[in-house]
Amino acid sequence: MARRENSDINAGSMADIAFLLLIFFLVTTTMDVDSGIARKLPEKTEDAPEVTIKEKNILDIVVNRNNQLLVENEFVQVTDIKRLAMDFIDNGGGISAAKDGNPGEPCDYCNGAKDPASSDHPSKAIISLQSDRGTTYGMYVSIQNEIEGAYNELRNKLALKKYRRSYKDLLDDYKNNGTESLKTKIDFLKDSYPQIISEPEPIK
Amino acid sequence: MSKFKKKKKGLPAISTASLPDIVFMLLFFFMVSTTMRETDLVIKKPVLPTASEVKKLEHKSLVSTIYVGKSKDDRIAGDKIQVNDKIIDIKDIPAFIFAERALRKEEEVKFMTTSIKADKGANVGTILDIKEQLRDINALKISFSTTKGSNLKTNY
Repeated sequence: MARRENSDINAGSMADIAFLLLIFFLVTTTMDVDSGIARKLPEKTEDAPEVTIKEKNILDIVVNRNNQLLVENEFVQVTDIKRLAMDFIDNGGGISAAKDGNPGEPCDYCNGAKDPASSDHPSKAIISLQSDRGTTYGMYVSIQNEIEGAYNELRNKLALKKYRRSYKDLLDDYKNNGTESLKTKIDFLKDSYPQIISEPEPIK
Repeated sequence: MSKFKKKKKGLPAISTASLPDIVFMLLFFFMVSTTMRETDLVIKKPVLPTASEVKKLEHKSLVSTIYVGKSKDDRIAGDKIQVNDKIIDIKDIPAFIFAERALRKEEEVKFMTTSIKADKGANVGTILDIKEQLRDINALKISFSTTKGSNLKTNY
């Protein structure tokens, strides 16, 4: 048997092949990370219990088809919503709802004006966003964003005061290595300023 | 002058031996970071609104995406809804979600998120209709897909 000499494989074209692949992946790659404003829809229940909510515990935001805004019947700009919402949520003018047989307590962490004509307690403060069917989605998202911003800032303030860390810091930490103590902290912050957003039927 | 002339010995060739390595490195980077585009848009590419308080969507495999935007044909007015390469009617959304659920494990269903990628010029009415449909079938986690930025003025 004639043993043939093992000749070296020519590796010169390897770079070309790699380039080809590289260009293919360069073209097909999309590096978008999907991010957005997260919302939880309310569950649908057949028999909704009748609850009476005081007018002062509702922050009425109405937006019409020309993207004009009314907050508590006053004409405002989108950028005002965050401040208005924060003032409203953080007001703490009364006591919280009675829970588990315990009587309601005044809000001891609120920094608001304690105006009796505004919301009683963050856990009672409801933000109502009434939109028109013709409102543009961009406007709608902006409002949602401002509301989210108001809640985040309030939670952040409380986090700084109570744990000397920012809310975002805590969330990031929890995502990386979630421990029970972190979870209780975050839950406490979320419970202190729960997001209660109601969206009534749109105006036709 | 002769000093300069001396140096002119002809440039040594740049070694290209490490070129494949560099190219491979880039190649692997792109291979790892790449996500194949799964759907071809049949509507006009939605221009997402900007928002500052965004959350990243975790668990990409549990996300089902609904696109809302204008038709590519300018003569057709109104918002179109696209899922999986085709335009559907609002009342077909539950069917789409059920199909998505069928692909996942039972225990993962409750973590599924619906991402709404809508054009910033779309009507809120359409979005609210979609939300209503999702509520009907208990797909409660949604996310309004946005680009991150602080200039909200571009939204309206």
